Amino acid sequence: MTEPETEQPENEVVAETEAIEQEPAERQVRSAAEVMAIAEAIIFVSDEPITSKALAEILDEHKDTIQAAVEELQKEYEERGGGLQIREIAGGWQIATRTEYHEEVRRFLKTRPSAKLSLAALETLAVIAYKQPVTVPEILEIRGVQSASAIKTLLEKRLIVTKGHKETVGRPMQYGTSKDFLIQFGLKDLSDLPSIEDFEDLAGTAL
Amino acid sequence: MQETVEQFVFDFHKETAEIVGESKDEIKLKLGEFAGPLDLLLYLIKQEQANIFDIPIAKITDEYLRYIRLMKSLDIAMAADFLVMAATLIEIKSRMLLPRDPMAAGEEEEFEDPRKELVDQLLEYEKFKSAAQMLYERSTVEQAVFKRGQIESDENNAEINASVFDLLTVFQKIVLRHKEQVTMEIEREEISLADMIKALKKRIFDEIELNLLTFFEEMHTRRELVTAFIAVLEIVRTEHVKLVQKTTFGDIFLKKVNAPAAEPAGS
Repeated sequence: MTEPETEQPENEVVAETEAIEQEPAERQVRSAAEVMAIAEAIIFVSDEPITSKALAEILDEHKDTIQAAVEELQKEYEERGGGLQIREIAGGWQIATRTEYHEEVRRFLKTRPSAKLSLAALETLAVIAYKQPVTVPEILEIRGVQSASAIKTLLEKRLIVTKGHKETVGRPMQYGTSKDFLIQFGLKDLSDLPSIEDFEDLAGTAL
Repeated sequence: MQETVEQFVFDFHKETAEIVGESKDEIKLKLGEFAGPLDLLLYLIKQEQANIFDIPIAKITDEYLRYIRLMKSLDIAMAADFLVMAATLIEIKSRMLLPRDPMAAGEEEEFEDPRKELVDQLLEYEKFKSAAQMLYERSTVEQAVFKRGQIESDENNAEINASVFDLLTVFQKIVLRHKEQVTMEIEREEISLADMIKALKKRIFDEIELNLLTFFEEMHTRRELVTAFIAVLEIVRTEHVKLVQKTTFGDIFLKKVNAPAAEPAGS
């Protein structure tokens, strides 16, 4: 996971109280509300979901302090019931509009939902997401069909990345999902995906 | 904001296959939307309202074959996978028709349903098909969420840093590069016949034997090539040089003739 680079690495992040003792001149003591406010401002301007760790480095606060502050902030947004939400995406935080208002937002932006992935590409992506790292023959085995063009599309869209060769006959390339995958599908991390076994019952009852 | 690539859009909630037209005994279907042979097979089983654990293999095989006969528009790689499935179905069908070998009965642990492997594969595939649907729904939800537009920063908008002076410098560079190119071209084209003959003569006297092919290949432009060709004709006519072809269809060489030395040039 890449983090937005911070220009000055600043002094090491130590537990709050200790840091105050060690360097009283550089550290101003912030109230919890202040930490929340600064975190909010940075999450707002960040192009990508920003991790608690990156926030902690910029604010020179302990990661746990930040985590608690952002979670509190998230709750505030929730309680306020406004047009915005703070979401945890791809291991970071992001401010975004609420889904309920997408029609109005879209009307303003004059955008239409972008083209969807093909059924074949989505299936291939699902196999890669759950079986990663996975090779082309392994995908073929599950899907029963060549997935070369689907893989090409997914690579082009940066939803998947190569994960090195598998040490087996022919050393086939292995694929896995990318950070963009998490972002585009609104996932915190891979464990945020529902378990593949959950689909089993679904599959059984569908027929 | 969002990239628009993918050429075809589909909707999960629509029917996967679409009946385009129906005549006597042929159903026309739009089949492009099946993600693979397993997808088609599942669709057929559902159409028949059959139990996946007890597939009426003969009927499904017939249906399947009927469908793939309609698949003319599919690309080869795709069609191949569909054909593999057809072969598998036919194999299962024939295995089910055959009576079991009474001699082998004792040894084999259990009679295994020839359909078992296929059923397992279908069940596994279905899970991922459902997962694909989940991803589809997630991405639809995601598309209803908007993030802040890009804020201008030095990183994402570097040209804002460029001053008029920077622009001028770049422009100058481009002009310079352009000039260089032009001079090079003129240089090349300005070779005269006389110069070419002189150069060729020197080459022949230096190398004794000159492959015409290599000589012509050294030319850069059509004009040079023509000049070189005329020079060769000219030199053969006027100098003590002859054209030699060692084998039929072989390379042609220019060779100095060791005749009464009219030319004082050192050999």
